[in-house]
Amino acid sequence: MGNVQLDAIQMNLLGQIAGLHEVPEGAYNIRSNGQGIARNTTANIDIVTKEDKPGIDIYIKPGTKKESVHIPVLMSQTGLKDLVYNDFYIGEDADVTIIAGCGIHNGGDGTSEHDGIHRFFLEKNARLKYVEKHYGTGDGNGENIMNPTTIIEMKEGSYMEMDSVQIKGVDSTDRITRAKLDKDAKLIIREKIMTHGKQMAKTSFEVDLDGENSSADVVSRSVARGTSRQIFESKINGNNACAGHSECDSIIMDSSNVTAVPELTANHIDASLIHEAAIGKIAGEQLIKLMTLGLTEEEAESQIINGFLK
Amino acid sequence: MLELRNISYEVNENQKEKDILKNINLTIEDRFVAITGPNGGGKSTLAKIIAGILKPTSGQIFMDGEDITDKNITERAKLGISFAFQQPVRFKGLTVKDLITLAAGKNLSTAAACEYLSEVGLCARDYIGREVNASLSGGELKRIEIAMVIARKTKLSVFDEPEAGIDLWSFNNLIQVFEKLHQEVQGSIIIISHQERILNIADKIVVIADGEVRGYDKKEEILPELLCTSGGCKFYSEGGR
Repeated sequence: MGNVQLDAIQMNLLGQIAGLHEVPEGAYNIRSNGQGIARNTTANIDIVTKEDKPGIDIYIKPGTKKESVHIPVLMSQTGLKDLVYNDFYIGEDADVTIIAGCGIHNGGDGTSEHDGIHRFFLEKNARLKYVEKHYGTGDGNGENIMNPTTIIEMKEGSYMEMDSVQIKGVDSTDRITRAKLDKDAKLIIREKIMTHGKQMAKTSFEVDLDGENSSADVVSRSVARGTSRQIFESKINGNNACAGHSECDSIIMDSSNVTAVPELTANHIDASLIHEAAIGKIAGEQLIKLMTLGLTEEEAESQIINGFLK
Repeated sequence: MLELRNISYEVNENQKEKDILKNINLTIEDRFVAITGPNGGGKSTLAKIIAGILKPTSGQIFMDGEDITDKNITERAKLGISFAFQQPVRFKGLTVKDLITLAAGKNLSTAAACEYLSEVGLCARDYIGREVNASLSGGELKRIEIAMVIARKTKLSVFDEPEAGIDLWSFNNLIQVFEKLHQEVQGSIIIISHQERILNIADKIVVIADGEVRGYDKKEEILPELLCTSGGCKFYSEGGR
C-alpha cells in the first residue's frame, strides 16, 4: 500500500492530529471512515489486522530503538460511528514512539463518533512515548464525539510517557485511562484539554502502583470556556513502596464549570502519594502585566491560555 | 515628557475616604528621575497611575503634551510607557523567551532574546526556555521583569523598587544595569527606590511622603538632606510645605 491518495480534508486532519503533511516514514496504519486505507510495516514493527473485531495488533520487536509508529484515524463522513480495538505489544528493551490521534471533519448533521480502545503491554525495560491528539472540525450541525480508553500494563523497569491533547472541536469526550505498574516501572501522563461552547469532557485516570519503587506522575491542564463542563477524576492506588503524584490545574472562563475529584489510596506503609488541584480564573495581574507590554486584554488572555496549554 | 497635574487618589477604607495622593504636580523631563520616600507614602500608587493601572480620582496626565488621563493600560503601553512591577507576575506555561518576545513586540531570535537577559546579569542559556513559574526565585523574576522593560525600548520606563527582593551580590549588577540604561536610554526613566546607590545615579530626585511631593530637585540638592542621620530630616518630618 505504498501510494496512498488522501483528499484535502483528510490531509488537513492528518496535519492537525499528527503534524504530518505527507504519508509518514516508518511504520504506519491510516484508518479513514471506518476502514484501514494504508499500512506500512518495517523489519522490527509488524501491524496485523484483528480477525475477531475491528482494529489492529502492533508488535514491536524486543530491542527496537528509535523507531516510530503512526496510527491516525480520519473521519470525514458524517453520522459514522467507529469503534476500534488496537493492541500494542512493546518488546523488551525497545525504545519507540507511537503517534495516534483522531481527526473528525463533520460537515453534515449526523453525529460522528470514534471510540478507540487502546491497550499497551510494555515488556521489561521497554520505553514508550505515546502521543495522542484529538481534533474535530466541520461546518455542519453534527456532533463530534470521541471516547478513548487507554489500558496500560507495565512490566519491571519499563517507562511510558503519554501526551494527550484535545484542543478543538470535540463536543463530547469520555476519556478513561487505566494503568498497572510492576517493579521500577514509571508512568508519566500529560493531558491538555480545552472545551468551549456546550462541550463536555470527562477524563478519569486510575493507576495501580503494584510494584516496589514504581512511580506515576499524572498532570492535567485544562481550560473551560463558554458553558462547557469538565470533570477530572484521578485515582492512584499505592500498593507497594511507590511514589504517585497527580495534578489538575484548570482555568475557568465565562460560565463554564469544572469538577476535580482526586482520590489517593495508600495500601502500603512506604507508599507516598500527592495530589494537587487548582481551579480558578486567569489572574488579573497576569492580564495587567501583558497589557503593560502593549497587548489588548483579549490578546493577553489568548497568550496566557496558549502558554498554559503549550 | 510626562506631566502630572493636580493628581489625587482616594480610596474608601472602612467607610472613610483616605487620601493616598494629594494634588500631585510633577513635570518629568530629565533622563533619570528617582522617586523616594517612606513606605506607604504613595510612590507605587503614583507609578500605577502613570501606567494606567489605577485611575486617579482627579487630575490629569500629559505625555508629550497629549492628555492621556483617559487612556487605558494598553494604549499607554503603545504610546511608549513601560512599567516594571515591584512584584513580578508568574505565568504557568509562558517561557522567559515568550515574555521577552511579547515585550519586544516582534519575533526575536533566541540570541537576541538572550542579549536582554545577559544585560540584567542572567546567564541567558539557562533561562531562556524556562517557564516563568514558581520555580524561579524572586530575584530571578525581578531581573526578567527589568529585561522586559529594556526590550520594549520605550520613551518612558517606570521601575517600581527594582532592588526589592534582590540579594546583595545581584545588587551590584543591578546598579550597573541602571548606570548603563542611564547612558543609553533614549527616553526617560522613573525609578522608585530607597537605595542610596540608585538615587545617586539619578539626575533628579522626587521625595513623596504622605501622598505629597515634599521635594523635587537635582540630586545634589536632595540627597544630602535625605542622608542626614538626626531626627530632623527635612522631608520626612515637616508636615509638608
